[in-house]
Amino acid sequence: MLKSAKIHKYFLNNKYIVLDVNSGGVHVVDKIVYDILDLYEGKSLSDIVESLNELYDKNSIVDAYNEISNLVEDGLLFSDESDIDFSYNNDNIIKAMCLHVAHDCNLKCSYCFASQGNFKGERSLMSLDIGKKSLEFLVLNSGNRRNLEVDFFGGEPLMNFELVKDLVSYGRQIEKQYNKKFRFTITTNGVLLDDDKINFINENMDNIVLSLDGRKEINDNMRQTINGNGSYDLILPKFKKMVNKRGDKDYYIRGTFTNKNIDFLNDAMDFYNHGFKKISIEPVVTSEDMEYALREEHLDKVLAEYEKFSKEYINIKRKDKDFYFFHFMIDLTQGPCIIKRAVGCGAGSEYIAVTPEGDIYPCHQFVGEKEFLLGNINEGILNTNIRNKFKNSNVYTKEECKNCWAKFYCSGGCHANAYYSHGDVSKPYRLGCEMEKKRIECSISILANLED
Amino acid sequence: MKYIKTLSGKNLKDTAAKGGCGECQTSCQSACKTSCTVGNQKCENKNN
Repeated sequence: MLKSAKIHKYFLNNKYIVLDVNSGGVHVVDKIVYDILDLYEGKSLSDIVESLNELYDKNSIVDAYNEISNLVEDGLLFSDESDIDFSYNNDNIIKAMCLHVAHDCNLKCSYCFASQGNFKGERSLMSLDIGKKSLEFLVLNSGNRRNLEVDFFGGEPLMNFELVKDLVSYGRQIEKQYNKKFRFTITTNGVLLDDDKINFINENMDNIVLSLDGRKEINDNMRQTINGNGSYDLILPKFKKMVNKRGDKDYYIRGTFTNKNIDFLNDAMDFYNHGFKKISIEPVVTSEDMEYALREEHLDKVLAEYEKFSKEYINIKRKDKDFYFFHFMIDLTQGPCIIKRAVGCGAGSEYIAVTPEGDIYPCHQFVGEKEFLLGNINEGILNTNIRNKFKNSNVYTKEECKNCWAKFYCSGGCHANAYYSHGDVSKPYRLGCEMEKKRIECSISILANLED
Repeated sequence: MKYIKTLSGKNLKDTAAKGGCGECQTSCQSACKTSCTVGNQKCENKNN
């Protein structure tokens, strides 16, 4: 590895920040340290004093140099890459499932990666038999993992809500039998929400993801009903009601931004002003040929918007600690281990998606791509080549990741983003990388400011 | 220290020994469904 890739330093939101790539060390430093770090590995102390003597007095340079040296000795600056005995999921344990209970939808969002709900196939609803077998499959393939995740997904899962209820009940029954704990979640557009569904979901789902795009005009441009009308006025009151009744339980209101709303901070603020505190706004996933796609020409503006958002985020967090933007959340003290950070989401190995017919794909974004069909819940994983391909795509095997400072934060990025941009799950999506790097920089600068 | 404030002094390399238990949340399931951010996930292994 190049020495220069051992640390990453940047200035943002009035903080000089230094990340030690291999140890995960994060430091907020004075400008003098920031400047010495440029010279530290190539020059002696006396040379550094000579180089910086017009900017700083000698004693300060020596003191700052010694502080750096202490961290180097502690392995928290300029640390080398370690030889990790890297074996991942040798037993092919599965612990998370995206359950496509409905390949049908009651909206026709322009950017939908599910092709307006049917994933390029027939419109269909999952049967109780397939649903139960899916939960059994998860339990039986989960080895000694206790926490199992099931996200009810679609299409639109509320279009098959009786099944959702039946499967929650069945899950509660078999988790006792097998000493497991199901964490149920649901991702919904909210069209069919009513009091009964709200109550059931709030009672039974650990987390909910509510799809809406922020400002009314932005939402209604992309998220339209089957009749071609905007969906905002129909959905917003339902989501408000749901979140109000939810209490402390987790939720995210989740929007998508396209090149039509690169000023997505305004959408985040629209959410916030409507009382939503837990927000996720994601870059659209689509072919670059689509008119609304994010392309290289949009990148600078997107990165600037993240920075702008981070400044506003700091202001809001100082008054309201309960405000969260998913991609600005970072846990530097209790974050994941290096193995999790190296392998990422686990798609195709620990995490699978199951269609209404019981077909298994590496994740929800690959559903319908026949070359990624892994198997089915009756026969299990049949295409072990695909599973191995996913298992072996990590930050140590992806060329672009090896020398990247962000690898232990993003974990190699999204396999689907990689595949849809390059036709290869092992080649990260460049725009996605740049956005993720900016989000990490913002997250840490936010933390540094809030620590004051 | 006078010039440096360390926000994270936990060495990732030390987490390799007891890591990889797999009990933590699948990152993509929690909020995004279309990207991958692992750095913001919590470790659920109390031994780590």
